[in-house]
This record gives sequence, C-alpha cells and structure tokens, in this order.
Amino acid sequence: MEHLELFFKSIFIDNMVFATFLGMCSYLAVSKKVSTAVGLGAAVIFVLVVTVPVNWLLDQYILQPGALGRWLGEEYASYDLSFLSFIMFIATIATMVQLVEIVVEKFSPSLYNSLGIFLPLIAVNCAILGGSLFMQSREIPTIGLSFVYGLGSGIGWFLAILAIAAIREKIRYSNVPPALRGLGITFIITGLMAIGFMSFGGMLTGGDDEAKEETKAAVIENVEEKKDDKKEIADNTIKAVE
Amino acid sequence: MGLLSKKDSKLILDPLADNNPITIQVLGICSALAITAQLKASIVMTISVLFVMGVGNVVISLIRNIIPSKIRIIVQLTVVAALVIIVDQVLKAFSYQLSKELGAFIGLIITNCIIMGRFEAFALGNGLWRSFLDGIGNALGYGVILIIVGFFRELLGSGTLLGFKVLGDPIAKTGVYAYGYENNGFMLLAPMALIVVGIIIWVQRSRNKALIEDH
Repeated sequence: MEHLELFFKSIFIDNMVFATFLGMCSYLAVSKKVSTAVGLGAAVIFVLVVTVPVNWLLDQYILQPGALGRWLGEEYASYDLSFLSFIMFIATIATMVQLVEIVVEKFSPSLYNSLGIFLPLIAVNCAILGGSLFMQSREIPTIGLSFVYGLGSGIGWFLAILAIAAIREKIRYSNVPPALRGLGITFIITGLMAIGFMSFGGMLTGGDDEAKEETKAAVIENVEEKKDDKKEIADNTIKAVE
Repeated sequence: MGLLSKKDSKLILDPLADNNPITIQVLGICSALAITAQLKASIVMTISVLFVMGVGNVVISLIRNIIPSKIRIIVQLTVVAALVIIVDQVLKAFSYQLSKELGAFIGLIITNCIIMGRFEAFALGNGLWRSFLDGIGNALGYGVILIIVGFFRELLGSGTLLGFKVLGDPIAKTGVYAYGYENNGFMLLAPMALIVVGIIIWVQRSRNKALIEDH
C-alpha cells in the first residue's frame, strides 16, 4: 500500500516536470517529435530506476551522519560526510550512465540503437540528479521505496515529455502569434498543463484530511447535542418541581 | 568600458539581451522556475551561479589542453560539483534559513545546463580572460531573467519585495489594500513561473523580430 501510494504520488502529484521543474532543458529541447521524446523518456526511466536505489545505498551507508559507524565499527560513528553528497551522487550517475551504456550495447543492440544517442545526454539531465537529491531530502526509508520512487518519477517525466511532444506536433498547424512561436508557446502550454496536474493534488492526501476533519466535526457536534439534551432534561425537572 | 576591448565587452553584454541563456539559448530553465517565488531566493541563486560560472569557466579553460576528450564530461561535473559544495557550505554557515528553503536546488546548479553548455561551447576553446568574461556575462543574463520573474511573482503574489510590505499591510488594510486590492496567491504557485517566462519571451521577441522562430 505504501509503495503504491508513493508510486502514484511521484507520477502525478510530485511530477518532476510540472511540480518541481526538473529536467526542463531536455524537456524543451527534445520535444519536437513524439518518436524522439519516447526514446529520451524511456532512457530517463531506465537511468532513474538504476541510480536512485544505488544513491540510496550510498546515502545510508556512507554519507549520512554516523552511517560509517554502522558497518565499520564504533570509532567511525562520529564522521559526518553529508557535505560530499553532491559529488558522490553526480559521480555515481555519470559512471552508472556509462556502465548502462556499455551493458545495453553488449546485450541488446536494438535497445542501444534507440536509446544510444540519449544516454550521454542524460548524465547532465537535472531530473536524474534531482531524483537522488529529493530522495535524500525526503528521507525515503527503505530501498524498495527508493526503487518505487525512481520508477514513479521516471514515468511521470515520460508522461510529461510525451504529452508536450504530441501537442507541439499538432500546434504547428495553429495560428500562433509570431513572437510566441516555438519556445514561448511551449512555456505557456507547460504552465497550463501544470495547472491541470495540480488538480491531482487532492488525490491521495488532501481527500483523506478532509474526511478526517469531517468526522471530527461530527463527533464534536454529537457531544454538543448530548450536552443540550442534558440541559433540557434538567430544565424540565426544574419546571416539574416548580 | 575602458578596461575591456570592444570584442570583450560584447561577451558580457550579448547574453544580457539578444543571446540570453534562458530565453534564447534555452539553458538552465529548471532552477530559473523553481525558486523564483521570492526575490531574495532569486538574488541568492544569481550570486551562486555567478560564482560557479566565473570560477568554473576559468578552471576549465586552464586545464582545457590536458583533459582527455573522452572523459571530459566527468571532469567538468567534478569541477562544478566541488564549486557547488563550496557555495552550499557557505550558505549553510551564513544563512541557514535560506539554504533550507532553496534545499535541493543549490545542488541542482551542478546539472544546470548553462554551466555545462558554456563549458562545452566556450571555455574548452578559449583563453582564460575571455572564458571568465563569458561566464560572468552568461550568469548575469541568467540572473536578469531570474530577478525579473522573482520581482513580479513576489510583488503580485504576496505584495512584498525582499520581505518588505511595499503595497501596504493586507490585514490592517493600509496602502493599496485600503482600496480593495487583493494579493493573487496563484502567482506563488509553480505554473505561473512558466507563464511569466513565456510572457517575457513574448515581449522580447516582439521587440526584436530577428529572434522569432518558425515553429
């Protein structure tokens, strides 16, 4: 349940592009055609799924304050290496991307041909580093959840770039004001899509909170009604005595 | 600009308008949008990028002849990451509150495409002084857009600038609020950043027809 919740939350509510603006550069640059957008989106999912859990392990066992003490013994427990996290994460990402490229080339040449051009681009995609940094700052507790988080964020990014590429292919036939053509209109469409995605905000958390508040209010009302009843009874008895 | 030759001053002035990294080169959008709900955060981000770009361009330009071209991306990332760690630690030491607010976005300067883009396009092929000027120029061009967006979002969204209530007090109904003006809270939300940048691009391209794209 926890996994499912995080999965949908990272696709829709915390969507990489629409809520945190990560990976905007490649999102704007590679969204002119649907086919290339699909290729880049798939590569992003792939790399996020690999790098977020790896960086989770690094964070838990090397970088966090006191993490070294867990497996090297008590004398290392006072080390705090968290200031190194940027350089560790980016190094992991750069090497993982290189590694993934080599492995994919060896075992699945057809996948390599479709992803190949995009893989080097991805090392400097902010969505990838952002995935790891948000994983760290949101303190995701288990490696399973970090895997789900990587997968969900990747799919969210894929959805966003697919949608904008489809819209950009069609908007070519519309009469856009000349100064807005290209980049300008893409920004405004993305803004409108982000407003649309905000409506997912109530899907998991908002709805629950409201329901809880309603039951609370109902309970309070009940208590008050009972008090009123008691008062009436008291009043009646007083009248009866009189 | 007595200090700079005409060619050098072009390096600084071009990115401010006609070759702006955000609106024309489409680099460094991510952080430009995410942290501009307040003017103060925009200014701090500009200064951080100014530092990282200026120093980073110099370093890359110094070692440009000894980097093997196959691993140059990793070398570049390492240089930027080291500089960003300095920025992050300084911010944590002197302005902890702000560094909490900016959160992961300081770290994301590493993958800010402006920096990698300028390293690749300029610092790898040019000398020290020119690379430095190019770095400063592009960081300033980035900062100009950030500060414009931050200015409008904070002014219209919460009625303040750098935390000062320039439009009067919304609760005590002073200043413009006395005439029934309301803050537009929507400006603080993420989508409006995109739309504000879209409008800036619109204004810029209507003033300079040469920049218009054909779809």
